[in-house]
Amino acid sequence: MIHFVVHEEGDGVGVVVVEGVKAGQELNGWIMEDDKEVRVTAKSDIPIGHKLALKDYKPGDTVIKYGVDIGKVVAPIARGEHTHIQNLKTKRW
Amino acid sequence: MDLSKASFWGYKRENGRVGVRNHVLILPVDDLSNAAAQAVANNIKGAMALPHPYGRLQFGADLDLHFRTLIGAGSNPNVAAVVVICIEDGWAKKVADGIRATGKPVTGFGIEQHGDHDTILRASKVAKEYVQWASELRRAEQPLKELWVSTKCGESDTTSGCGANPTVGNAFDKMYPRGVTMVFGETTELTGGEHLVAARCRNEEVRKKFQFVFDRYQQVIDRHKTSDLMDSQPTKGNIEGGLTTIEEKALGNIQKIGRKCVVDGVLDKAETPTGPGLWFMDSSSAAAEMVTLCAAAGFTVHLFPTGQGNVIGNPILPVIKLSANPRTVRTMSEHIDVDVSGLLRKELSPDQAGDKLLECMFRTANGRLTAAEALGHREFVLTRLYESA
Repeated sequence: MIHFVVHEEGDGVGVVVVEGVKAGQELNGWIMEDDKEVRVTAKSDIPIGHKLALKDYKPGDTVIKYGVDIGKVVAPIARGEHTHIQNLKTKRW
Repeated sequence: MDLSKASFWGYKRENGRVGVRNHVLILPVDDLSNAAAQAVANNIKGAMALPHPYGRLQFGADLDLHFRTLIGAGSNPNVAAVVVICIEDGWAKKVADGIRATGKPVTGFGIEQHGDHDTILRASKVAKEYVQWASELRRAEQPLKELWVSTKCGESDTTSGCGANPTVGNAFDKMYPRGVTMVFGETTELTGGEHLVAARCRNEEVRKKFQFVFDRYQQVIDRHKTSDLMDSQPTKGNIEGGLTTIEEKALGNIQKIGRKCVVDGVLDKAETPTGPGLWFMDSSSAAAEMVTLCAAAGFTVHLFPTGQGNVIGNPILPVIKLSANPRTVRTMSEHIDVDVSGLLRKELSPDQAGDKLLECMFRTANGRLTAAEALGHREFVLTRLYESA
């Protein structure tokens, strides 16, 4: 069963595609572009459609998705943790 | 899906364009004429009024866009005939003359010196003739290249970028070599991925034009913004759906233009393309505004991916909605024409998802009503550029 998808190898976040992911759950990820698998333990409850970190981040780091910069980290994020507006911000506007 | 011999059943219009719907419109030029237009549409079954809140005291480029949108909407090949109603004779004539250039039947009415009652009576008599005439028009088989296909996504979430939008991209990649005329837009929603679109432009001239309209819109944002736009771009719905930044939203958005299509030209709002290929239209990212501009530019079917569940339709342009979010497909099934959630479970390949969308597009072009049409979604929203005089 696929719990989250990753666009391509090297992306730092995955997207949860099932409902009800809970902290502590073992998650199977599918790297779509490369058709590979990756496993991560969820560190937070994560709603469907929301992102989880695939690596540890510190403030100031850049997050890559689709192989492209999607913004800067503003609070520490651990691998498996919910990554959203509380810890990631736009670099534009 | 092999599209080399693909065809659909459409209405060939007087100017050679092909429509997939056969509407008789009652088109008000201004807010004051909505009541009369709606009364006519109420009198005459099969006629459709397009009420809207604008048209008075606009000037300059904003007024030009108003006329271009109304004349474009009436000229759309999905429209068989048009009754135009305006508070003043002069502008009724201006819009009716603009539509008449297509060769389709059109009559304009001014309300001043007549009042609503007399206008409604005279306009209803004409509308009845038009509806009966249109009802005898027949569809004929047409090659795929006669179809003009627009796209815009809405209430996007992260599943849009990995499911529904790449499905549109797959369909666009398949249609592009067949000489289909296609368009995408949403200028500010390319922010963070604009370099990827620039790199896809046909040549330096197109690239410069694209960069110019992109930069101009960024200046509009910079001039008016009071925050980082986290209340509007991404929208609350986008954020609820898991999208965090405008860059992330834009990169998902861009998946709609596939991997092979080339950006052949740049259009102003509601501007009609001059040839086949993929066009970029400088436009707002607000769903109903963008789809209305596509209808005014002459597009005849629209592909609309959604994540969280946008419910949009358009009175002229059938809007086909697709989603890859399994929750949205379950909770809002009446709005979704194509379910591609299997993509995220590896049950559907991108190629199969694209074919599933194309199959729905052909059925829609042949006459099947979209979910939005069946539910009565007729969002007709005019884009304004600035304050009225």
